[in-house]
Amino acid sequence: MSLFDWFADRHKTAPVARNPQELPADDGLWSKCPECGLVVYRKDLLANASVCKGCGHHQRIDSEERIRLIADPGSFEPMDTELAPTDPLAFKDRRSYADRIRDSQQSTGLRDAVVTGICRSSGQPLALGVMDFRFMGGSMGSVVGEKLTRLIEAATARRYPVLIVCASGGARMQEGMLSLMQMAKISGALQRHQQAGLLYIPLLTHPTTGGVTASFAMLGDLILAEPKALIGFAGRRVIEQTLREKLPEGFQTAEYLQDHGFVDAIINRTQFKSTLATLLHIHKLNGNAAIGNP
Amino acid sequence: MARRALLDFEKPLVELEEQIEQIRQLARDSEVDVSQQLLQLETLATRRRQEIFDALSPAQKIQVARHPQRPSTLDYIQVITDEFIELHGDRRGSDDQALVGGIGRIGEQGVVLLGHQKGRDTRENVARNFGMASPGGYRKALRLMEHADKFRLPILSFIDTPGAYAGVLAEEQGQGEAIAVNLREMFRLRVPILATVIGEGGSGGALGIGVADRLLMFEHSVYTVASPEACASILWRDAAKAPVAADALKITGADLLKLGIVDRVLAEPSGGNHAAPLQAAETLKTALLEELTGLRSLSEEQLLEQRYAKYRAMGRFLDCVSPESTLSS
Repeated sequence: MSLFDWFADRHKTAPVARNPQELPADDGLWSKCPECGLVVYRKDLLANASVCKGCGHHQRIDSEERIRLIADPGSFEPMDTELAPTDPLAFKDRRSYADRIRDSQQSTGLRDAVVTGICRSSGQPLALGVMDFRFMGGSMGSVVGEKLTRLIEAATARRYPVLIVCASGGARMQEGMLSLMQMAKISGALQRHQQAGLLYIPLLTHPTTGGVTASFAMLGDLILAEPKALIGFAGRRVIEQTLREKLPEGFQTAEYLQDHGFVDAIINRTQFKSTLATLLHIHKLNGNAAIGNP
Repeated sequence: MARRALLDFEKPLVELEEQIEQIRQLARDSEVDVSQQLLQLETLATRRRQEIFDALSPAQKIQVARHPQRPSTLDYIQVITDEFIELHGDRRGSDDQALVGGIGRIGEQGVVLLGHQKGRDTRENVARNFGMASPGGYRKALRLMEHADKFRLPILSFIDTPGAYAGVLAEEQGQGEAIAVNLREMFRLRVPILATVIGEGGSGGALGIGVADRLLMFEHSVYTVASPEACASILWRDAAKAPVAADALKITGADLLKLGIVDRVLAEPSGGNHAAPLQAAETLKTALLEELTGLRSLSEEQLLEQRYAKYRAMGRFLDCVSPESTLSS
């Protein structure tokens, strides 16, 4: 029995009896579930797609790990890595946008909040876009809009299906109306992809809100989500405070959206790649051209 | 005419107008000839008003854009069209009063007209939900636009909303999905689409009926990615910084023209559209007919191609392979 299994077993028998304070903190070697407090080896957590074996909590993962979970090893060919944000409005709130960009670039090693590329997933070609919440909350500015548009256009030209993993607070205010217009730009590209009879699947992860929800996140032929992910158009605080409405139980969770008919299926992250393989495969049957040739 | 609601920066004009009124009163009572003085004062008042409105800050423009007497979608439709029949409902179980539309005729041109609808007073605003459309409103708009597509009627869309309705019911009915579908489908419609920001253009709620071949905007209208109030409370952690945020966000017609987002800014009468609504409607009608004439020379393919290219070019970023080439719209 591995140490991990031992922990998992122990957790099953006494899930609430532990005191998080007494447990080792996140120190690189160990990782503690923020939901149930279960402590596991970090490499075991990674081996389980960063899903807690105790409570099933899906920890936030970065774009690199997400790509590793979806693309076949060595198959991901990144696109448009040279695109970087500029500061078109010379925007400054408490800090300047230029500083915020630099900080996010340094801490993430990314140029902006989305990574795009062509890959294979379970042997099938796929145009893959992955938003990275670490970069200014995954907010959508000109670079995110341009990279996703180019990805979708490339997929239309090559007759590839598109998967976009959403994780975003919405439009990036620091680029003003240029950000809002990215919603239209991406939706226009998706219209052409759809017109070509190709398959588009957004995967909604925690959190997917605002302008992303009001554009490409909700335009999938199939809309998938991760368990318990926060998904919504308006912020909870806005609804609560401005309109003084009480929020129902589980409001704006993936499960809530599924109950109301806006999410096709909630897929556990550990099952995602195999589910995607099935979906891609089925859409390719009966002579459908939804998937490009290898 | 009902008494005009005054904005704080209009106060200096009030004194002048009161003086003019007093002199008129005097003239009536005493039969003294005051026409010279009146003319002088009226000229002065006109000049002052022009000066004030020429120098409005973005935050002040928001006040004008939100003015309770600013002409609304139905006001413009009434003046612009020779005939108009309002059409109701989204065919999905609702008829949103915050987003109205219908079919109309301008001369011999049939059109579909739609837009956000605010109220004049509290009672009307409650009925109209302050111009904040629900998912049903966006679906009604799409239904009308598809009707326009089927019968080859150009679409005239009027934007005037603080934002799409943010409420529990709106979320349950799929506010995000409703707007998203409109964004995508508006790229498919084979008829000319003209959108005009007549008042407030609030974020996704505005864009949801705003994908267009030509985007027009009145001089004192604003179009924002997020309301300056929300932006200030998030980025400045202080809602009182809204005027600063309004400035930083670049929300005026002049700014958006420079950024390549708006195609044309329409001049307003001195004192704003609410000071002379008929004049504003004439300006709008003339502009819309001009734009329509320009678009009618295009084939359907050209129209769709141009619409795609227009949005495709929006955005500014660096291409780090050749750092000096800042792509822009």
